Amino acid sequence: MKPSASQRQRDFLGLSMTALCGGALALNLLLILGLLAIIGYQGGRYFWQKDLLELTLADGRRLLGEPHSTEVVPAPERPGGELARVQMRLGNRDLTGGDFQWVDEPSVVARERPRDAVVLERLEWGNFYGRMVELRAGQRVIASGSDAVWRDFGPLHRRKSAERAAIRKLERGPIGEVNLAIEKLRLARKRLALDAPPPAELERGQREIDSALAGRQAEYERLAEDLFRRREALLAETLVMEAADGARKEIPVGSVVRALRPNEMTSAGKLGLYLSRVWEFVSDDPRESNTEGGIFPAIFGTVMMVFLMSFAVVPLGVLAALYLREYAKQGPLVRMVRIAVNNLAGVPSIVFGVFGLGFFVYTIGGSLDRLLYPEALPTPTFGTGGILWGALTLALLTVPVVIVATEEGLAAVPGIVRAGSLALGATKWETTWKVVVPAAAPGILTGVILAMARAAGEVAPLMIVGMVKLAPTLPIDGSFPYVHLERKFMHLGFHIYDVGFQSPNVDATKPLVFATALLLIVVVTGMNLVAISIRNHLRRKYAGSAV
Amino acid sequence: MVDADRPPQNSFEPGIAPSPERSAADDPALNPAIERPILEIEQLSLWYGAKQALKGNSLRIPERRITAFIGPSGCGKSTLLRCVNRLNDLIDGVRIEGEIRFEGRNIYDPEVEINALRKRIGMVFQKSNPFPKSIYENVAYGPRIQGITRKATLDELVEKSLRGAALWDEVKDRLDESALGMSGGQQQRLCIARAIAVEPEIILLDEPCSALDPIATAKIEELMEDLKRDFTLVIVTHNMQQASRVSDYTAFLYMGELIEYGETGQLFLKPMKQQTEDYITGRFG
Repeated sequence: MKPSASQRQRDFLGLSMTALCGGALALNLLLILGLLAIIGYQGGRYFWQKDLLELTLADGRRLLGEPHSTEVVPAPERPGGELARVQMRLGNRDLTGGDFQWVDEPSVVARERPRDAVVLERLEWGNFYGRMVELRAGQRVIASGSDAVWRDFGPLHRRKSAERAAIRKLERGPIGEVNLAIEKLRLARKRLALDAPPPAELERGQREIDSALAGRQAEYERLAEDLFRRREALLAETLVMEAADGARKEIPVGSVVRALRPNEMTSAGKLGLYLSRVWEFVSDDPRESNTEGGIFPAIFGTVMMVFLMSFAVVPLGVLAALYLREYAKQGPLVRMVRIAVNNLAGVPSIVFGVFGLGFFVYTIGGSLDRLLYPEALPTPTFGTGGILWGALTLALLTVPVVIVATEEGLAAVPGIVRAGSLALGATKWETTWKVVVPAAAPGILTGVILAMARAAGEVAPLMIVGMVKLAPTLPIDGSFPYVHLERKFMHLGFHIYDVGFQSPNVDATKPLVFATALLLIVVVTGMNLVAISIRNHLRRKYAGSAV
Repeated sequence: MVDADRPPQNSFEPGIAPSPERSAADDPALNPAIERPILEIEQLSLWYGAKQALKGNSLRIPERRITAFIGPSGCGKSTLLRCVNRLNDLIDGVRIEGEIRFEGRNIYDPEVEINALRKRIGMVFQKSNPFPKSIYENVAYGPRIQGITRKATLDELVEKSLRGAALWDEVKDRLDESALGMSGGQQQRLCIARAIAVEPEIILLDEPCSALDPIATAKIEELMEDLKRDFTLVIVTHNMQQASRVSDYTAFLYMGELIEYGETGQLFLKPMKQQTEDYITGRFG
């Protein structure tokens, strides 16, 4: 039998709707893949060393650097009406004041890839592009000539790098500890005065503290002198570099991070360099107001903040959901509470930040300071933004997610399972705690996963409760009590904004935005994968369980 | 009539003429000779909101025997069973009148501790309901709740209970695996093992085989014969063959009312009531 006209029409409608739905899904997938691809490509490119190009311009100027980007701009006065330009990364900020320069293609008369062109990554002033001229120890010349200097520079630089690491260890270790001890003694002295003991006792106490202080001070001066000497020695040897325009610059070998001859490097060598730069990026401290170096403190701060938040949000959310679902009499009041909780999830996050500032930082933190740290006032200890307050603020922000997911998990545990437990003589609480909650654990973890993802990406509220552009110390370190919840912290989300849009050198840091965003995605995905694998383990353990 | 303070509504269901002789305490159709009753249900009525589900029923359950409740769907047999371990208390809007005496004491007395009562009167449900835990932890759950923590004691109890439920040989090598990975029949026997692990006196079985295939059903029935030596069993079933196969006494309920109660052989071969005969011969229900 032939299908009727109306049947054919309905078939066609069905087919086209299927195609439409499939198309919508495909578009979504494409957008996500596109996002990952762009961020991955732009971020990954940042670490790749390009060959150095030496351009001779029509006016006789010579430029040495890396081609950074190209563009075509409209130029009505030219034949064709267009002008191609190349943006060169020339470095040498200390000589020329800028890192980048646009060069019109037609003005380039010659381009070479000089074998002995060197790029120096420096601790300060960014990259230097040029040729090696001389290696000096003080006034004495150790080596001269591009190749001779290159040969001698390697071993010397390795020695200096080791010495630099040792100095940094000294600064972070003994000197940091002595400084901390001095600060503690100073606070103890102030505290003693605040406690106002009898004059004799006060005087005796102050004498004791003063003598300890004097001992520490002497120790500090000894260390500081040692540090000063070693720093001086570190900078003793210098490298004389010549830029493309002939200008010379004397650079201490100890301040060079890397020296490369990219035009001589093989692909394998560049790949090794690439990996070592990636490693530096994830493991090192930032330099030059975050535009160079690594972002380890931001990774650490993000992960630690999210963990602290999870520790706060899980008990809070799970217990609240247990009460709502298992104990509260279901009625209009509970329904209203539920609506309120859901709406809480829709409150703009900056509002939570303001609340966190007013409640956690000023009220609770201020009270803690007055009670526990009066000697440090007016310098606040907890009465200012810190990682603990950031984590608690985000816990408030994400608690609705956990409550909703936990409630769903609890609701999915069949009533007959609860009845089974009750029929064995278990109380309601025993049933809830030993049967219902374990069975709902995968659902609870789903909530935690969502909360962690949200918290890791949240920036606005953190900006006012403890996140900073540059934190001098990590919230966890080797000095007692090891975990410093009052410290400010760095965060990948804020770092992206900061390096990309607040930095003095926007052109240079644009790729960093992508690299940092890529890392943020990796960190969030990594944390989620951990939580998901725990959830899947639980699901497997209770195969066939409800959620 | 049975109960003067019963609410007037629903006291009469169209089509069911209350038997004029049923309130008589010496009605032979309701009072079989029972030597050692462990449970005495006295004038038990139950309302779900305004709807009356049980209408002043009295019966005595013998110790270490199998008593079956039969009747068509919605007749109140499961409701009656759940009254015995007070599981109906959990449902909102339930009102219960009458008494159930367990070893001479009314379990609806306000002083009775419900959790202690439920430990002594275990239950197996219509749908198997193992906890989402390992097989071992399912059986050990009840004893742990009772405060037993010693590993050796628990091990012993778990083995004894699983053997008691004829499950030990099948699962002894995979005690740590999830109970939810077992077959339906195994899960139901695990629930029986879980019930006997707390050493109750009575086990209530609420249509324990309704979701099982004939082989699994046969295993459970066989198991009930064994359990009878140590426990009093009360089983609700809508399968009359099953009731006649396994039980010693049978109660027939219809529309919330106990119609006839007697020795199983007697009830199935020579029912005293017309309604009973109609039901067991398949004329309705």
